[in-house]
Amino acid sequence: MATAKRIIKNLYRDSVSLMQFSEKLNVLEGIRQASAVMATENNISLLVEAGLLAEAAAPSPNDLLIVVEGQDDAAVNAALETAEALLKQKSSGTSEGGPRQVPPKSIEMALEALPGANFVLISTPGEYAAAEAQKALQLGLHVMMFSDNVSIEEEIPLKQYAQAHDLLVMGPDCGTAIINGVPLGFANMVRRGDIGVVAASGTGLQQVTSLIDRFGAGITQAIGTGGHDLKAEVGGITMLQGIEALAKDAATRVIVLVSKPPAREVMAKVLEKAAQSGKPVVVEFIGADSGAISGENLYGVKTLEDAASAAVMLSQSKPVGPFREELPERYQAQVEPARAQLQAGQKYIRGLFSGGTFCYETVLLLSEALGKVYSNTPIRKEDAIPNVWKSQGHTVIDLGDDLFTQGRPHPMIDFRLRNERIVQEAKDPETAVILLDIVLGYGSNMDPAGELVPAIRQAQVAAGERKVVFVGSVCGTDSDPQNLTQQEHMLREAGVILTDSNAQAARLAAAVVK
Amino acid sequence: MVNQLFEQELQVVNVGLASFAESITGTGGKALQLDWRPPAAGDKATGKKLAALINDPGVEAANRTAFERFLAAQPVLVGVEAAKTAIPGLGERTLLHAGPPIEWARMCGPMQGAMIGAILYEGWAETQDAARALAQSGEITFAPDHHYGAVGPMAGVISPSMPVWIVENRDRGNRSFSNMNEGLGKVLRFGANDPSVLERLKWMEAVLGPALRAALQVVGGIELRPIIAQALHMGDECHNRNAAASSLLFKRLTTALLKTGVPQGQISQVLDFVAGNDHFFLNISMACCKAMLDAAHGVERSTLVTAMARNGVDFGVRVSGTGDAWFTAPAPMVDGLFFPGYSQADAAPDLGDSAITETAGIGGFAMGSAPAIVQFVGGTPQDAIAYTREMYYITLGVNAGFTLPPLNFDAAPAGIDARKVVDTGIAPVINTGIAHKEAGIGQVGAGITRAPLACFEQAIQAMR
Repeated sequence: MATAKRIIKNLYRDSVSLMQFSEKLNVLEGIRQASAVMATENNISLLVEAGLLAEAAAPSPNDLLIVVEGQDDAAVNAALETAEALLKQKSSGTSEGGPRQVPPKSIEMALEALPGANFVLISTPGEYAAAEAQKALQLGLHVMMFSDNVSIEEEIPLKQYAQAHDLLVMGPDCGTAIINGVPLGFANMVRRGDIGVVAASGTGLQQVTSLIDRFGAGITQAIGTGGHDLKAEVGGITMLQGIEALAKDAATRVIVLVSKPPAREVMAKVLEKAAQSGKPVVVEFIGADSGAISGENLYGVKTLEDAASAAVMLSQSKPVGPFREELPERYQAQVEPARAQLQAGQKYIRGLFSGGTFCYETVLLLSEALGKVYSNTPIRKEDAIPNVWKSQGHTVIDLGDDLFTQGRPHPMIDFRLRNERIVQEAKDPETAVILLDIVLGYGSNMDPAGELVPAIRQAQVAAGERKVVFVGSVCGTDSDPQNLTQQEHMLREAGVILTDSNAQAARLAAAVVK
Repeated sequence: MVNQLFEQELQVVNVGLASFAESITGTGGKALQLDWRPPAAGDKATGKKLAALINDPGVEAANRTAFERFLAAQPVLVGVEAAKTAIPGLGERTLLHAGPPIEWARMCGPMQGAMIGAILYEGWAETQDAARALAQSGEITFAPDHHYGAVGPMAGVISPSMPVWIVENRDRGNRSFSNMNEGLGKVLRFGANDPSVLERLKWMEAVLGPALRAALQVVGGIELRPIIAQALHMGDECHNRNAAASSLLFKRLTTALLKTGVPQGQISQVLDFVAGNDHFFLNISMACCKAMLDAAHGVERSTLVTAMARNGVDFGVRVSGTGDAWFTAPAPMVDGLFFPGYSQADAAPDLGDSAITETAGIGGFAMGSAPAIVQFVGGTPQDAIAYTREMYYITLGVNAGFTLPPLNFDAAPAGIDARKVVDTGIAPVINTGIAHKEAGIGQVGAGITRAPLACFEQAIQAMR
C-alpha cells in the first residue's frame, strides 16, 4: 500500500466539485481511496483521521490538496498525474445546452473539430494559397493546392519544406488527385487496384486513371504534382517524392508517370528515380521521343491511352505492347460512312477542348497525321493561331485557357462558350469534323451530354445542306456521378462518333479528312 | 509520412470551394469545410508573416514560457499607499491615464475632465480654466497607467497623491497598482470634477486609504485568485459585474478593520462606502490581472497578448514578445443598453484599462459564468456561454483556477494568442461600461464590444 499527496498552489474549487473530482480519482486502476480538498485546517485533520495523511500539515486554505492511497507507488503517482491533467483539461466534453458551435475559421481551429485531419485541400484565390499551404505543412498536414496563380518563388520553399518533413504538396495548380480512393478536385471515381500514378497534368491524370478503370484494372494512388513541378527551378520535387512513395507502397505494383516533357536535368533525375524504384514504370512524357526512355523497368509510351494499357498489361503480368500508331480496326469501319457525308469544301478538323492535355495530345497527333495544325497551345510557335476566336485550317483550341476563363467558370463546368463555338464552326463551310473531349467526374458538369446534345443538333441545322461530322471521347467511369455508359449513349444518339480514348478520337478524325 | 498517409483514413480540411468537400464526403471520405476568408483583411504581407508563425517551434516555446508564468502568478493584495510612494519612477507632475499614449489635445471629453479634476485635486491650479490652461501648457506629463505597472477603469486617471492598491505577484515578485473605485454617478473616472468629486477623492486619501492599509496589515495580504474563482461561481465575471467579489472582499475587510486601531466612526464610513459600491472590487480585479500578465510580458518571440487598453480615442494592444510597443486602432463604439434618457449618440468610444480583465481570461471571456451581463445586449444565458466558448479558439489554454459552472465547470479560456486572433478573425470580446462623451456626466450604459482586429494584425507584422 502506498500513499502520496500533491499540493496545487492557489487553485480554488468549491467543495461540491471537489467531491465529484475525488470520485473520479477513486475509480482509477489500483487506487483504494483518493481525496481532493482545499487545504484548510479542518480538511487536513479530516484526512489525518481517515489515515490518508500521515501527519497534520500547515494549512494553506487557498491551495488544493490531493491525497491518494493505492496498491503501489506507480498507481498513486499515475493517479496524481491524472488528477493534475484533469484539473488542467480544457473541456470536460460533457457540457451541453446548445450554445452555437462556431464553424472553423482557420486550419488550426479545424484541427480541434477534426483531430484526425491529415490533409488540406486549398482552392482559395492564388494570392492567399501559399500562406494557407505553409500553415498546413507547419501543422504536419499534407497539402493539395488546387489554386493557381501562385508564383514559383512561393512554390519552391513550400515544396522544400514538405520534402524535408516527408509531407506531400500537390500543386499549386493541381487540378486532380485520387488519394486512398477519394477523388480530390476534378477527379473520377476509379476502381482501386495496384497501379500508382504520378502526373503533372490534371486531365492527363484523369484520362489515364479512367482508362485503367475502363480496361478492367484499378489504381492505388493518383498523385498530382501541379504544372510547375517539373520546371528546372522546382526540380520535380513532388514527382520524385511521389515515385519514392509509390515505390515503397506495398499495394502498388506498377507506376505510371505523366507529364509534358520535363526540363532536361529534371527528366534525368525523374528517370533515375524511376529506374531505382524496383517496380515497372510506364513513362508518358507527352510529345517526347519515347525511344529516349530506356531502362530495364521503364516503358516509354506515346499516348495517354498507351500509358493506361501498358500499366494494365503490367498489372496483369502480360507482355507490354506493341502499340500501333494507326487507327485500330474497330474504328476503321466508321471512317468511310463519315467521309461520305462530307461535301467537297469540307476539309478541316476543328477541335474544341475543355482539357488542356487532351488539347495538347490532339495537336501532337494531328500534326503528325495532317501537317500544320493551328492552336492556342501550339507545339511550334509559328502554329499559334492568330485569332483564337476564329479557326483557320485545322484548328484545335483549349477553351480552358485563361483567356477564355476570365470571369466565367471552367468549360468543364460551363458549356456556353463551347456550345456557341460549336455552332460557329458548323457554319464554316470548310469545317469537316468537330472534335471534342467530354470530361466526367467530380468537379465537372453533372450532365455534359445533356449540355452538348442541343448544341450539336443546332449545329447541324446551322450547317444547312452540309453535314458536320462529330468525333469525341468521354473521359470517365461508370462509377462517376454522371455515369459513363449513359453519357456515351446520349452522345451516340445525337450522332457523335465516340472512341474510348482521346488519342483514338484524334486518329479517327484525321482519317476522316485525310 | 507520405506512406503513412496511404494507410490512414483520408481526413481533409477543405479551404475554399465547398463543392470539393461535398464530393469528398459524397464518396465516403471525411472532410471539414472551413469558414475561410483571407486573414488580416486580405493584407498579403501580414498573411504571410502569420503563416510563418503558425506552429513555429520558437514561438510555441516562447508562448509556453509566457503562459506558464501567467498561470503561475500568485497575486496578493498587499497594501494601499499614495501613488507617489507606491509607484516606482512616477514623476512629480505626472498624471497617468487609461489606454495607449495620447496627448492632451486628442483626449476624449471624459479623460480631459478627469485630468482637470486631478489637477484641481492635487492643488496645481485653483480654477477649471487655470487647470485646463495648465494641462494645455505642456508642464504636465501625461502617461499611460500601463507604463507604470498600473491600471485604472474608464479615464483611469492616477495622480501622485491618490491612494492606490498594491498587488504583488508572489511567484515572480512583480507589483501592479490601481486607483480606488469611487462608486457610480458623478465620479472622476467619467470626467466629473465638481467639488463633490474632489471632496470624495480627499476623503479617500485621508480616511479610506489609511483604513484599508491598516486592515491589510492585519490580515497580511489577501490572495486574489481564490476570491475571483469564488466570484465566478457566484455570477460575476469580475469586469462589468463585481457584486459577489465586492461582497467577499467586504467580508474580509470588516473583521480586519475591527482589529485595527482605526476609530469606530471612520470604520463605519469606510464600510458604508465599500458596501454601497458593487464595483468596489473592479479596480482590484484589474490590478490582479495586470500582475498576472506583467509576469508573462517580455518573453522574446511570444505572441501572448499582455494588455488591451483604451483611451477613448485609440484601442491599444501589447504583446509579450514585442516589448513596449503599442499596436493601436480607433477605439470601437460599444453595443449596449443605455440608462433612461441616454442613447448611442451620447456615448464615448470604448474607454479604460479594464479590458485587462479580458486579457487575463475573465470579464467577457468568462461571460458564461455571468449570464446577468449578457442582458446588456439583450442576449440570453446561452449567448453568454457562446461568447465564452468562442474565446477558447483564440487562447493558448485555460486557467484551471477559474472554472465556470454553466459550462459544467470547464476552466475559463486564458492567454490570448495574437496569431489565433488574426488567423480566425475572431476578435476578443469585452464587457464594458459606456461613458458619456462629455466630461462629468458619467456612465450612460453598459454593453459588449470587440477588440479591433487591426491591432493584432500590426502585432503579427511586428513579430520576429
